[in-house]
Amino acid sequence: MARIITFADAVNEAIRLAMKEDENVILMGEDVAGGAEVDHLQDEEAWGGVMGVTKGLVQEFGRDRILDTPIAEAGYIGASVTAAATGLRPIAELMFNDFIGSCLDEVMNQGAKLRYMFGGKAKVPLTIRTMHGAGFRAAAQHSQSLYGLFTAIPGIKVAVPSTPADCKGLLLQAIFDDDPVVFFEDKTLYNMKGEVEEGVYKIPFGKADIKRKGSDLTIVAIGKQVHTALKAADQLAKKGIETEVVDPRTLSPLDEDTILSSVEKTGRLVIVDEANPRCSAATDISALVADKGFDFLDAPIKMVTAPHTPVPFSPALEDLYLPTPEKVLQVVDELIGGELVV
Amino acid sequence: MAVIKSEQKKLSSEKAKEMFQKMCEIRHFEDRVHEIFSTGVLPGFVHLYAGEEAVAVGVCSHLDDKDSITSTHRGHGHCIAKGCDLEGMMAEIYGKATGLCKGKGGSMHIADVSKGMLGANGIVGGGFPLAAGAGLTAKVKKNGAVAVCFFGDGANNHGTFHEGINLAAIWNLPVIFIAENNGYAEATPFEYASSCTSIADRAAGYNIPGEVVDGKDVLAVYEAAERAVERARNGEGPSLIECRTYRNYGHFEGDAQTYKGAEKEQHLSEFDAILKFREYLTTESIVSAEELDEIDQNVKDAVQNAVAFAEKSPDPQPDELLTDVYVSYKEAGGDQ
Repeated sequence: MARIITFADAVNEAIRLAMKEDENVILMGEDVAGGAEVDHLQDEEAWGGVMGVTKGLVQEFGRDRILDTPIAEAGYIGASVTAAATGLRPIAELMFNDFIGSCLDEVMNQGAKLRYMFGGKAKVPLTIRTMHGAGFRAAAQHSQSLYGLFTAIPGIKVAVPSTPADCKGLLLQAIFDDDPVVFFEDKTLYNMKGEVEEGVYKIPFGKADIKRKGSDLTIVAIGKQVHTALKAADQLAKKGIETEVVDPRTLSPLDEDTILSSVEKTGRLVIVDEANPRCSAATDISALVADKGFDFLDAPIKMVTAPHTPVPFSPALEDLYLPTPEKVLQVVDELIGGELVV
Repeated sequence: MAVIKSEQKKLSSEKAKEMFQKMCEIRHFEDRVHEIFSTGVLPGFVHLYAGEEAVAVGVCSHLDDKDSITSTHRGHGHCIAKGCDLEGMMAEIYGKATGLCKGKGGSMHIADVSKGMLGANGIVGGGFPLAAGAGLTAKVKKNGAVAVCFFGDGANNHGTFHEGINLAAIWNLPVIFIAENNGYAEATPFEYASSCTSIADRAAGYNIPGEVVDGKDVLAVYEAAERAVERARNGEGPSLIECRTYRNYGHFEGDAQTYKGAEKEQHLSEFDAILKFREYLTTESIVSAEELDEIDQNVKDAVQNAVAFAEKSPDPQPDELLTDVYVSYKEAGGDQ
């Protein structure tokens, strides 16, 4: 049965269900339980992560399976790689994706490559959960969206959910997937509510979701920007332009077919991605359509992305950094013609 | 820190022969790779373990297949000591389809997870967190396994040294950290690059035992490892053992070793770990000289067979380029 719960609750529920189903699932990260060895923080008061997303899990599963780590990402992310390779199914929380600088070797050179380097004789069923996203006034080192970086690394799968329901199903898939997955949670979506089914369900990777059907224009949007695209689509509908909004949900693997089919139908493509624009998921999808869908296009491919800058702190600047429905409308205006849009 | 001498606990003849054989396997394997590399037929580059046999063998003699080890770029010796197949290893170094990793890993990534050998590793310092992870699995599953992290003196200055050992210590993981201090990180002397005088001194910072042993004395390594493995299996947490050793060859094959001093010749003769062990075994009448000679000859033959096997093995098929990246990967228009 479906209920209305938040994105954060969806994460929590997915982990809880996975841990109930398989005793090899463990969770580790900085304060994911919280208050290790602090007497009065052993139960309800334990943090459950800096955002409280994993709250309650330590009461249910104990500190042998919900492991607080030192602030030492190379150490515990590296440990999670071989914990996975030797028989566990760990979920490691990299608190902010920006912290990958401290443990990129463990993810890129160890976890991602183990199976290939060993000729297929090892597997790494590891999920790295990590927060991303701007708009939290968290400045340049706590706000990036680095999914493009991981998408570029063979051996890793990348999921970027945009709704509570997708989040739960994709996270359960990630945890029970036999390959390493980097799972992106937009911190500004944690309070978003949506309908979510009870119980275990998995959303297969490499299967995009069409969040809105339309025939005049395709917008492929990633993560939270799906909602930017949907808002723009509402506005465009008022002008008689029917927009199809495609949410890839996973960037690796990428559902090329759904994107190409949509562009074949609409002839126009806008990509909305809040990551920086160079060598990004947006340019990757753009290249895909230019390569395999060029004949479908009636207009140039357009991207609405962050600029090639770090994420600024000042709200006045950060609001300029992010894509907005207005920026999408401006681009569509260039594609389809001002009289229709503005 | 003082070097702990071997108590010379008497080995059984069977165990002694097994250890002697493994040491010979490493030496002859590496000497052959050295010769073959100089002919130019091997792809890539190799880092040879000859000279350090006592360390890998002294430690791995306490381990079985359920125990894990992490290794280094200088990993052939660890593989052999942990029971990896010589033919599969040699074929891997040749890049052949019959290699332990189907030719996809090469010298720096030889692995056999079924033997608990979690891979040689091209990243200096890569092994500390990885060993902690294998130790974590053992602790969570309560299966009595231990994990060993072999690392060089170069890695002792890497940040992962701190993060990995600290994690193993606070979680009381069954991990043994084995420093192979061969005096040089590439061409840089240990004394220059390390603020400590002994790697084992650093154990104090993590509240774990640290010992220094003569890494050329397989008995000393064996006894120190026995103490550490026992602690780990008893749930008493990690230990660090620094083995003072020396590599007979350069950092990589082709390294002219201009940084080495006069000590080099001594290490190749009077300090040699295999000669020392052999002398001990015959003097103590644990194994006869004839038996040791026979073992040595059999190993030479086995290594030669491994070379022949590798040479006649086929290259990987072209489709192998695209497989083994993922267990499963469904991408519309994708490859797996």
